[in-house]
Amino acid sequence: MPANWFPPNVSSYGGQIDWVINLIFYFSAFWFVLFQGALLYFVVRYRRKPGVNAQFIRGESARQISWILVPALLILVCDLGIDAAGARAWEIVKGAIPRAAVTVHVTGSQFVWQFTYPGPDGRFGAGQDLKSDSLHVPVGKVVRLELQSEDVIHDFFVPQLRLKQDLVPGRKIPAWFEATKVGTYEIACSQLCGPSHFNMRGELVVQSEADYSAWLKEQRAAAATPGKPGNS
Amino acid sequence: MEARLTVARVEPAEHAEQGTQPGFLRKYVFSTDHKTIAKQYLAVGLLMSLVGGFTAYLIRAELAWPGRPVAGWGFIAPGAYMALVTMHGTIMVFFVAMPILLGAFGNFLIPLMVGAKDMAFPRLNMISVWILVVASVILIASFFVPGGAASAGWTGYPPLSAVPSYTGGYWGINLWLVALALEFASFLIGGINFLTTAINLRAPGMTLWRMPLFVWLEITASAIFLLSVGPLVAGSVMLLADRLVGTGFYNPARGGDPLLWQHLFWFFGHPEVYVIALPGFGIMQEILPVFSRKPMFGYRTIVYSTIIAGFLSLVVWAHHMFVSGMDPRLATPFSIMTILISIPFAIMVLAMIATLWRGSITFETPMLFVLGALSSFLIGGVTGIFLGSETADIYLHDSYFVVAHFHYTLFPIVFMGGFAGIYYWYPKMFGRMPSEILGRIHFALTFVFFNLVFIPLFLVGFAGGPRRIYYPFGYDFLKPLQPLHVIATYAAVLLLIGQLPFIVNFFVSMVRGSKAAENPWHANTLEWTVASPPPHGNFERIPAVMRGPYDYSMPGMVDDWAAQTTSVQATADWAISELHTETMKE
Repeated sequence: MPANWFPPNVSSYGGQIDWVINLIFYFSAFWFVLFQGALLYFVVRYRRKPGVNAQFIRGESARQISWILVPALLILVCDLGIDAAGARAWEIVKGAIPRAAVTVHVTGSQFVWQFTYPGPDGRFGAGQDLKSDSLHVPVGKVVRLELQSEDVIHDFFVPQLRLKQDLVPGRKIPAWFEATKVGTYEIACSQLCGPSHFNMRGELVVQSEADYSAWLKEQRAAAATPGKPGNS
Repeated sequence: MEARLTVARVEPAEHAEQGTQPGFLRKYVFSTDHKTIAKQYLAVGLLMSLVGGFTAYLIRAELAWPGRPVAGWGFIAPGAYMALVTMHGTIMVFFVAMPILLGAFGNFLIPLMVGAKDMAFPRLNMISVWILVVASVILIASFFVPGGAASAGWTGYPPLSAVPSYTGGYWGINLWLVALALEFASFLIGGINFLTTAINLRAPGMTLWRMPLFVWLEITASAIFLLSVGPLVAGSVMLLADRLVGTGFYNPARGGDPLLWQHLFWFFGHPEVYVIALPGFGIMQEILPVFSRKPMFGYRTIVYSTIIAGFLSLVVWAHHMFVSGMDPRLATPFSIMTILISIPFAIMVLAMIATLWRGSITFETPMLFVLGALSSFLIGGVTGIFLGSETADIYLHDSYFVVAHFHYTLFPIVFMGGFAGIYYWYPKMFGRMPSEILGRIHFALTFVFFNLVFIPLFLVGFAGGPRRIYYPFGYDFLKPLQPLHVIATYAAVLLLIGQLPFIVNFFVSMVRGSKAAENPWHANTLEWTVASPPPHGNFERIPAVMRGPYDYSMPGMVDDWAAQTTSVQATADWAISELHTETMKE
């Protein structure tokens, strides 16, 4: 199953994406085996044999053409199933964003990530924003991201979250996730952004509520102390 | 009917010169003969495929052993790697696939198959191939300019491609854009020629429903190309203007929008896949009946499916943009349209498989390549469903899964289909038979090692590996994947070595091959009714077409084939037979 190859899922919606991919895998594996099997069987079975002529079959009569139209119709049914499953999961991941406990502004520029947290009053741009070069979030809480780029198109991808979203200059693109497991994960830029694209690595730290609050407090204190940059 | 026949008698003006012997330049260089032009396209495509193959080798070497000097090149810097990736895609799609599948086969076969003396516009035809040559030279020259070749990916997304400082190169992308715009112009002219020839220059009796499928698919491809390329030509000029004169079409600071390019690019870029795929399928559908000794199954159904697939291809482009930041509400409609495309293609593939049913199959080199292409394309087809699903694409977008998928669609069609066509029509093109033994060796090596290159890459994609990563093991989650990259690289090297038998065969058979008869495969279509190679002007007298292209193994016939010029009277006795009343109803 494809999902067995994926890094373990740690987001609330990742399971649904994996489910859709597995569903497509089952459907397509079925048809693939059927088509490939028919191809192989015919090639072996109907190889030229002395004294046996090919049959004159044009495949134009309704009965003959149904041999290819009926499977096509069944494939259409599978397609619609995939469409329905996909549309539902898409709505959850990329549709309306649930009420967020934490909002973080993510800024990409060649070839670094920057994460901006609101001031203690929960507002951005009031002069008390906190900047960090790694993304810390509490576990089990909805996190809203506002993605922006300063130069070229980047892409925010955390394989374990099953979240991928481009950052486009001139736009503020919202995204969200809810991490289900404490740990440190890699953020990979997944849109070609220049020669050092391969090096645009970020870090996502999912912490318990208490650890997260402690980290936030520590960062704020450090930012308030002159001479010490507020980066962890 | 009468009107069409009148038009069909309008002959290309060039042939007024037939009496005089043309000089070397007119005969081999600036020739207006569609067969010579086809060979010129083939030469451009094959030469460019050497460059494309070499870039593939460098990319694979870097991915298996990052940072180590590569034999035949040296150390590959990150910027140079991006240029290689960009040029590999550009060369293979626009300068190999299109010249070979459209340029070479389309030019060689369309006039011969419809029974015309040449293309409708022979001079335009000559111009189109020479524009392509100029475009190729410009593209190759861009490797050697300061800052190196274009390195913003073959999709050239701005702002990366719009602002020189972001990639660090200036002339690379400028030349890349000029080369692309010229290439588009070349195939626009070529496409108009194909359409006009197939519509207006058909021989008497060559009704639309008697045209070989290759012609149908080739002109559908040309029509899609004509419909889709305009916006991208405009888009390329806008991008060039952004770079050279400081306009801001794609620059948000000046009120532009980077996503505009993605829409323009993919509005063309997705149909482009079908522009390449359809002629490849067309080649396969000409060869299958000949080596199964059976009519192509469901001829009309295939034609309708092709046209439907062509139109669908124009309304699915945003499936390349699910996570691009476009309005997420657009995703589901585009996803549904995209997945619908599986239907016409499933029908086409099923029809090809059904053609084998109750056939009498032989396995000469062209047939081996067709069967290999069909079998491999199945993987390309089913993996397309994953990427067509907006939800699955969230995880798989821009990963190695995408790379493996499109190589599994394009390689079988362009290379295996292309090789099938070259081996099949080689006797007609060059008047001599290619070596069967070398051909079979070539097939075995190509088929085995192609699969060994790209199966591992599906797994890299499932593991989340992003494409276009210079150093693929910088991330912890990618470190365990190195063995897969190493397997793919060894296989890629062997795949390239596996092309040597072809190169030897191609050149040696031209001199040493046994002389080809008029119709060595006992095929029905009109190109096999003239000498190998066909003389200038193709047909001494315009043939009268009596029947469809796939009357193989018709009951009551002495031979198991009937050229399209064979009169129905000659085979009429079978019709009386009661056994075949059902067939007659069709």
